[in-house]
Amino acid sequence: MDTQRRKFLKMAGVAALAGISAPAVVSLTPGVTRAAAGHGAAAPAAEQAAQGIRLGLLVDMRKLYGQPELMNKAINACHRVHNVPQIDNPKEEIKWLWKMPYENVFPENSSYHAAKNTRESDYLVLCNHCDEPPCVRVCPTKATFVLEKNGIVAMDYHRCIGCRFCMMGCPYGARSFNWMDPRPYIKEFNPEFASRMRGVVEKCNFCSERLALGLEPACVEAVKEVGAIVFGDLNDPHSEIRQILDREHTIQRKPSLGTKPSVFYIV
Amino acid sequence: MYNKATIVPGLIIFVLLVTFPLWFNAFSTASTVPKPELPPGGEKECVASAEEMRSSHMVLLNEWRDDVLRNGDRVAVTVAGKEYRKGLQMACMACHSNKEKFCDPCHEYTAVDPYCWDCHLTPTLAATKKETH
Repeated sequence: MDTQRRKFLKMAGVAALAGISAPAVVSLTPGVTRAAAGHGAAAPAAEQAAQGIRLGLLVDMRKLYGQPELMNKAINACHRVHNVPQIDNPKEEIKWLWKMPYENVFPENSSYHAAKNTRESDYLVLCNHCDEPPCVRVCPTKATFVLEKNGIVAMDYHRCIGCRFCMMGCPYGARSFNWMDPRPYIKEFNPEFASRMRGVVEKCNFCSERLALGLEPACVEAVKEVGAIVFGDLNDPHSEIRQILDREHTIQRKPSLGTKPSVFYIV
Repeated sequence: MYNKATIVPGLIIFVLLVTFPLWFNAFSTASTVPKPELPPGGEKECVASAEEMRSSHMVLLNEWRDDVLRNGDRVAVTVAGKEYRKGLQMACMACHSNKEKFCDPCHEYTAVDPYCWDCHLTPTLAATKKETH
């Protein structure tokens, strides 16, 4: 009897030890090292993504300073081809491409003792078509998503439920909500493009529909005379936009947020 | 037969009442099968046969929508040598330019209320504010 009890206690002790140390043993097995290798592969995957097309846009503000009419021309061209309503009330306005002062566009950059241009000129702003778009992360219906093909942050208005999470997510204010039926506020209809309905969010689409026809985005075309906006593939080392990015010092909006915008500025 | 004077008129009234839907339909225009207007431009070919389009144009439109918006595939469809850009406004309404006479009759007849036109512009509406540039 006594020997049996001793034997039992020994067995129980060994079993308990094995139970406690099991997770440590499991973590050393090959299966888990495979998982670790998966983590390590994340970095090369990101580099691989850089091989695809990533469309981007560069605004050369040096060619737009003192010429608000040129910026308006680009805005009007954009809003005309996309049936964007002209609503003057700033709480309800819809904007795909618009103007803002320097301190709002680049709040992270100092504007203390800024140059005259910086102080007085407005800056053209639009959806940044981020590489890490917060709006896409928060969209509950996948109405907004990144097109794998070209990196455009696209919208499927059919799926938008108007929850406006994306407007909260976007740090650039690039999204507008249709608080009312936009049609009465559209000046001229473009019969090739749809309008939107009340209750959906809308934003710049990098002129996907024009790119399909081999055209440049409407804003690029509108200011072609001075070449103030350059559009192209950021991943192609021979594209015009890459040549300029390689040559000139450019800045992006709110880079510290890590959204990796595809829109660049020369100021 | 007893009470012939009341039974015969009664039977006639009964038969008339029971067959009411039949002869009412024969004289009414409420349920005539709609005849959608063919393209005013005289086009005879579509992206698919008339039967197929009649039964599943909505499926095709959904496929086009997903191609264009979600897959980024805006490549035009070529059928019998003619190119059609994927899109309700660009392909369909180019020939069927009268939504009120082409789309609406059947949709009203079958009591469906498609929400296409909440956003997409009918040619009639687009013409009300024409581009002047």
